[in-house]
Amino acid sequence: MTASARSLVFDVPGWPGHLPGQHVDVRLTAEDGYSVQRSYSISSAPDGERFELTVQRVDGGEVSPYLCDVLPVGAEVELRGPVGGWFVWRATDQAPVTLVAGGSGIAPLMAMIRARAAEGSRVPFRLIYSVRTPDDVCYADELRRRAREDGGLDVHIVYTRRAPEGWPGVPGRLGLAELNTHAWPADFAPNVFVCGPTGFVETVSDVFVALGHDPRRVRTERFG
Amino acid sequence: MSDTHVDTHVDGNALAGDLREIFAVDLTVATGQCSGCGYKGSVASLRVYQNAPGVVARCPACEEVVLRLVRGRDRAWLDLRGTVSLEIPLPS
Repeated sequence: MTASARSLVFDVPGWPGHLPGQHVDVRLTAEDGYSVQRSYSISSAPDGERFELTVQRVDGGEVSPYLCDVLPVGAEVELRGPVGGWFVWRATDQAPVTLVAGGSGIAPLMAMIRARAAEGSRVPFRLIYSVRTPDDVCYADELRRRAREDGGLDVHIVYTRRAPEGWPGVPGRLGLAELNTHAWPADFAPNVFVCGPTGFVETVSDVFVALGHDPRRVRTERFG
Repeated sequence: MSDTHVDTHVDGNALAGDLREIFAVDLTVATGQCSGCGYKGSVASLRVYQNAPGVVARCPACEEVVLRLVRGRDRAWLDLRGTVSLEIPLPS
């Protein structure tokens, strides 16, 4: 992944399967009974009793440093899910899709991209992925490959602090001009999924509404 | 999603797990109406604050508290006095 993110693969006997975009709640309980719960998006396509979470380490966090640095392979974890029916893409919906990720907000959108390929869907997808530097791109190799091989998937990466050498343009925040250029226009009535930190999601979803998108088709998922 | 911090909120998607333990259907796709300002929107779009003894969800338009959920060891308290109604999609 990246220096601060880890993908965790779980095998859950009797797992009912998930929809792309759904999450699970992870609960950790200490020996003294203190317990803490966090939600993590599933980043894999539906695959039997197995699924993958992508966890971004938050320094000083109560859960993510444990999941990223301590949890050994083979450990058992208390999970609840899959849950959430709002931030979900269904392959039966033929509308074009715009995905906008800020940082580790890529995880549920990756589940949608992977599910699209697994189902052989021809629904056109555009991903706009905002990261600080080239080192912060999760799934970099897979996204490069899929942009070549998954017909109908466009990937556009926005660098906010440092771009790769030779990259056209200067690093900067994702703004109206870039969303206007790289997202499906409102006239196409696309489904829009925006996932990232709260401030990022609010800025981006406001831009989509200002560009004439129906607010009900702009689905958002924020993390703190 | 990830570790949340004290001064920030997430959104109503984070209520899915807790509400699913109580209700037979996913309540985050329901459309709720705020008793403070009349705003209608999905439960998933509420502002959710998790740094309290329970979970507090506020209206994204006027910040009225529309839902409170407190979980005990063997029971839960759900306070919906800030919600006029919930329109819940059901399988036809």
